[in-house]
Amino acid sequence: MRTGEVLIRTEGLEKHFNGGEIRALDGIDTKICSGEVVVVVGPSGSGKSTFLRCLNLLEVPTGGHIFFEGTDITDPQTDINVHRQKMGMVFQHFNLFPHMTILGNMTIAPIKVLKRPKEEAEKQARELLERVGLLERADAYPSQLSGGQKQRIAIVRALCMNPDVMLFDEPTSALDPEMVGEVLDVMKQLARDGMTMVVVTHEMGFAHEVGDRVIFMDEGKIVEENTPDEIFEHPKSERLKGFLAKVL
Amino acid sequence: MIEFFRRFPERFYTAFIQDDRWRYMVEGLGNTLLVTFLSLLIGVALGIVVALIRASWDKNGEQMRPGPGRFFLRLANGICKVYLTVIRGTPVVVQLIIVFFVIFVNQSKLTAGVLTFGINSGAYVAEIIRAGIMSIDPGQNEAGRSLGFGYVSTMRFIILPQAFKNVLPALANEFIVLLKETSVLGFVGYTDLNRASQIIVSRTYYALIPYFAIAIIYLLMVIFFTYLVGKLEKRLRVSDAHAQGGEKKIGLRLTAEPMRGPTAVIVEVDDENR
Repeated sequence: MRTGEVLIRTEGLEKHFNGGEIRALDGIDTKICSGEVVVVVGPSGSGKSTFLRCLNLLEVPTGGHIFFEGTDITDPQTDINVHRQKMGMVFQHFNLFPHMTILGNMTIAPIKVLKRPKEEAEKQARELLERVGLLERADAYPSQLSGGQKQRIAIVRALCMNPDVMLFDEPTSALDPEMVGEVLDVMKQLARDGMTMVVVTHEMGFAHEVGDRVIFMDEGKIVEENTPDEIFEHPKSERLKGFLAKVL
Repeated sequence: MIEFFRRFPERFYTAFIQDDRWRYMVEGLGNTLLVTFLSLLIGVALGIVVALIRASWDKNGEQMRPGPGRFFLRLANGICKVYLTVIRGTPVVVQLIIVFFVIFVNQSKLTAGVLTFGINSGAYVAEIIRAGIMSIDPGQNEAGRSLGFGYVSTMRFIILPQAFKNVLPALANEFIVLLKETSVLGFVGYTDLNRASQIIVSRTYYALIPYFAIAIIYLLMVIFFTYLVGKLEKRLRVSDAHAQGGEKKIGLRLTAEPMRGPTAVIVEVDDENR
């Protein structure tokens, strides 16, 4: 494992709905180290997306703690906006801003949130666009792009904030099959460049190939957590075996 | 009938030309337009504030941490709800009479009229804008927040621009409704277009031509503004037309009919069928 210092640590993370009737997350203890690619897999409804969305408080946990770069971000006194700037997020449905051009999508947060000069932000955005092969679409609107292109833009939009960690919430689930590859390629490139990544996905091939560690979740709990080889070749728990039998 | 046409030029002359009575009509038309425009400005300003408070509470109120922020938002939301219920639950004529004869006694009729219609229109504009805000996919808010924008900046840079674009035709429609509703200003003695015709009738003892004349003027104005709204709608649709892929979007379907009622309907639009 390529592990640096601990970047995110969760302690007894809980998310309950209806006063504890539904336990989407039921005591998650784990840590994510810098430079690490952690892939979260599990059946639908297992809480893996909820876990990811809790990491930047898009879902507010009902219990437990999340430490990001040493700060307890679940503390009500913490200004979460400051910490979110360091956590890029990519959504299943892209969530590009339809009223802005691609360049506008990528530069609005650096300009308005980080107060960086427009020219500098645009220069960085163009460099990133070139890396994902979409430079010529800089002035297009999101509605003019294909799903795969939209998702690549969403990734580089998050990268424009120079985040310390990237969170991916099923980034390829809403894509047509022929567009999955182009998005995964960008993510692989990102992993090679040493970006810390937490990826919720159904792409087992990606998990195996790119992941440093795989977390298998079921019913709001971490059932098994290991290197991809161990998870996929030597699953220990019955639930993981059953899950792999269905998806592989 | 023949009698009507035979005497038409003469009656037209008495109604509008004699003693320069057309001046009443011009003054009335000017006042009608003035009150409508100024009321719309107040209405939109008020509507945005009320819509933001209502939408903020509806979307976030439940999950907010208890504290002064939550208390004030809840209080503001309650006040807005009362405002909407009272204004939309009483006839505008009644509101007008109360403002003129109870609250703004001996004040400028223009101020009182503009305030009445502005406050009245604000209630309807608020609900239009709120529908616009609520129609924006929650993912837009999440994307904004995940990039480090606070709640207010997300509203300002991401949600409101899209919401406005969606409800612009409904807002234009509200303007048309307002234009016609100001015709009750005559009730309190303000010389709008409607009252101008009444003045002429009371001088000439002949009702048909002045009343038909203002009917035609109102109709022409409404047709003209409806035409503008239609063009606006078409332009907005064109800018969305080149969408690819079949993903579902929540959007607003807007009607351009100049009538009061549900002007904005939240519907699920299939991009391919636009």
